[in-house]
Amino acid sequence: MNITLSITKTINDWLFSIMPEGVASITVMVIIALAYLALFAVAGLYLVLLERKVAAWFQLRLGPNRVGPFGLFQTMADALKLVSKELTSTDRIDKFLYNLAPYFVIVASLIALSVFPFSKQFQAFDINIGVFFLIAISSIGVIGILLAGWSSNNKYALIGAMRSGVQTISYELSVGLSILTMVLLTGSLQLSEIIEVQRTGGWLILQGHVPAVIAFMIFMIAGTAETNRAPFDLVEAESELGAGFHTEYSGMKFAYFFLAEFINMFIIASIAVVLFFGGWLSPFGITEGITWFPEVIWFMIKVLMIIILMMWFRWTFPRLRVDQLLTLEWKYLLPLNLANIVLMAVMIWLNWTI
Amino acid sequence: MEQIVNNSFKTQEYFVNMGPQHPAAHGVLRLLLTIDGEIIKNVEPDLGYIHRSIEKMCERDSYQQIVHLTDRMDYLSSHINNEAVCLVVENALELEVSERVKVIRTIISELTRLASHQLWWGVMGMDVGALTTYFYAFRDRELINDIFEETCGARLTMNYNIPGGLMFDIHPNFVKRTKEFIAHFKKKLPEYDRLLTGNIIFQKRTKGVGVLTKEDAISFGVSGPVGRGSGFANDVRKYHPYSAYDRVEFNEALFTEGDSFARYRVRIMEMWESMSIIEQLIDDIPEGDYLTPTKAVIKLPKGEYYQKVETARGELGVYINSTGTKNPYRLKFRSPGFSNLSVLNHISKGGKIADLVATMASFDFVIPDIDR
Amino acid sequence: MSYFSDIYNGIKTLLTGMTVTGNYFIHARKGTLTQQYPDNRETLKMFDRFRGEVIMPHDEQNEHRCTGCQKCEIACPNGSIEIIWDRGIDPDTGKKKKKIDKHIYHLGMCTMCGLCIEACPTDAIVWAQNYENSVYDRKYLTRVLNQPGSIVKAGIED
Repeated sequence: MNITLSITKTINDWLFSIMPEGVASITVMVIIALAYLALFAVAGLYLVLLERKVAAWFQLRLGPNRVGPFGLFQTMADALKLVSKELTSTDRIDKFLYNLAPYFVIVASLIALSVFPFSKQFQAFDINIGVFFLIAISSIGVIGILLAGWSSNNKYALIGAMRSGVQTISYELSVGLSILTMVLLTGSLQLSEIIEVQRTGGWLILQGHVPAVIAFMIFMIAGTAETNRAPFDLVEAESELGAGFHTEYSGMKFAYFFLAEFINMFIIASIAVVLFFGGWLSPFGITEGITWFPEVIWFMIKVLMIIILMMWFRWTFPRLRVDQLLTLEWKYLLPLNLANIVLMAVMIWLNWTI
Repeated sequence: MEQIVNNSFKTQEYFVNMGPQHPAAHGVLRLLLTIDGEIIKNVEPDLGYIHRSIEKMCERDSYQQIVHLTDRMDYLSSHINNEAVCLVVENALELEVSERVKVIRTIISELTRLASHQLWWGVMGMDVGALTTYFYAFRDRELINDIFEETCGARLTMNYNIPGGLMFDIHPNFVKRTKEFIAHFKKKLPEYDRLLTGNIIFQKRTKGVGVLTKEDAISFGVSGPVGRGSGFANDVRKYHPYSAYDRVEFNEALFTEGDSFARYRVRIMEMWESMSIIEQLIDDIPEGDYLTPTKAVIKLPKGEYYQKVETARGELGVYINSTGTKNPYRLKFRSPGFSNLSVLNHISKGGKIADLVATMASFDFVIPDIDR
Repeated sequence: MSYFSDIYNGIKTLLTGMTVTGNYFIHARKGTLTQQYPDNRETLKMFDRFRGEVIMPHDEQNEHRCTGCQKCEIACPNGSIEIIWDRGIDPDTGKKKKKIDKHIYHLGMCTMCGLCIEACPTDAIVWAQNYENSVYDRKYLTRVLNQPGSIVKAGIED
């Protein structure tokens, strides 16, 4: 880990001084994990509030504004309600898988959060295969969805889970290939290296102009499809049958699925920001020298912009049908992606990047 | 060999209930679907959840009291329903209403049609997944509700037409508000087109979905925009004109493809035509009485009478069989939704469930109209 | 190559749709139509002809205009009005005349059709403008419209 803030350094030294070496390093890891958990649970809740407010502004109304100023305590109220609900379950479910499924989804999302560089010093886990790790972890979330649908003993949930599983696996391909296009420019999979390249050369979306813009568009489409958000949310659409794979869940387990969807959205937005828009770098290097605070703010602002873009997609477009969704992926996005990679490679070889 | 493969992969059909309470059904309609994987094999509607025996109640009420029950049948075109009953009674009594009444009735009917189509547009967008269209439609519909509330006093169940004319005269602000509304809505309707009609996702969801051929439309007896989307020219306002429809000029919206997108475009075009009808009539409403007095107790002469009008859903027919007393002996409503619903099974076979939702949205059912 | 023109057309229509909602998002401050209902009860005024519930207005001397002719009871389609009357001696002419004892109005059954108000020859009942009619107990929905008072004399019988 490369956290060099003074607070964490003192805690680090203090722990190493009072405990033996191995135990101290494990304690440090546990503390960091708990900090991330707390931070992102709260962040997930506030993303839910943001979604409701943004949806309301698109629809000519105000969002929640009674619970607390500007409705800031609304998700606290919702979270309390979800926590206090009874964990019902139906008769002939497969108990082990039913209880296991939400944990797959939420754990996959939270692991993927650990590799993101929020600032130069704020990165929990900076391995040299960062991008590859991200793509691998996001594939684990699919298992949770399929298990949830299967173990619910409910034909609507099964249909929903099958559709969702197919959708997620297909669109992971496009996400991976469009990430690959940008990795060609940077030459390294490590996330902090990618941001270094962008500091000196400008944001990657400007460096590789035409293929990078195409890659960004494909990434946004595939990213929204991967997280089962509209316009690809046939799985959980209310006007179809039931509520998809999480029909039979209630209370805290439902909260896990719900939270995992928003954290997935955050992850997709963060990947887009790191790979295309320069991570925590400020535009034109305005606040270059100051240590960690403005960098985190820049990162958050950019991620929020992308999240609002994804919400804009959700509240404008109708839904696609399942076969149209798969046609879109396999007949349109995949060939375009492959052609784009070739184009990017040709451009790098001919030195036409900026 | 092929037989073995087919047998081992044989899938089983199962029943799914799109039950009476459903976020996408437009009312309490129960559909029993037999589906095989994702393909629909059979759709069977199960009606009667909101049957209130309106026709039986009409046998007990006098003719002025029947009108307020028709408000609640197809509640989105309540003025047009009222007008149907009033026209039957006036034709049977051979009562001439003044020109002012005819023109006002036409204007109000067209405003009602606009309001109904606005709500349909919002709900259609919501059913296929674009959830913001609902709010835009209701924003515009509130203006029409305000016009009605100022004149009649109510927003949904108006009871403004009575046999002989109108219950009271229109409010002095009526003409001004209607003109403002037309000016406002003319700018908003192209926005609807940009948001939903031209959208490629929406077109892919509705083109080629739920195709109804013209021969089937005629043989099943569909009417209204559903029939006009298949090429069956059946606009009652053009071929059997009533009230002031014979003195306005408007085009009939007719498309030939017969799929959900054609039905959608029929209704959008009808909204434009309604606005043009209102514009032709709003400026010179003739002076006159708003009510031709009838006796306090209306008794129709013996015989059978029928009148059809064009509601927002299709052709509504009112049949009265009277034996000379002050209550009708038998009153029957030929409701447009009932005949339109009968065609649903025929055109949904072989499609997917998502197609069924889009088809039902394009048919624009209001279940109290079917169940009465 | 219709493949590429399909893609181009698709993207163009999607962006057009997005500009429509984007416009509303940017002007969200002044475009919102939400009325903060329980807080704005003072300024919320209904139109003149709004059909709230049926009331019988009484003037300062606690007099109403109802003669007990029962025309509203006959006109009501579903029996929401019940008139309880009795015959009394009219002090002016000395003849027996109907006078109203109680005018019972079932708000729970009323369909707000307006036939009773049209049928009344003396304009005794009018529409009120209250829109909050829900009560906690069903017996409050049966109202007696006339307070203990007497009839306005002049010109009522014509």
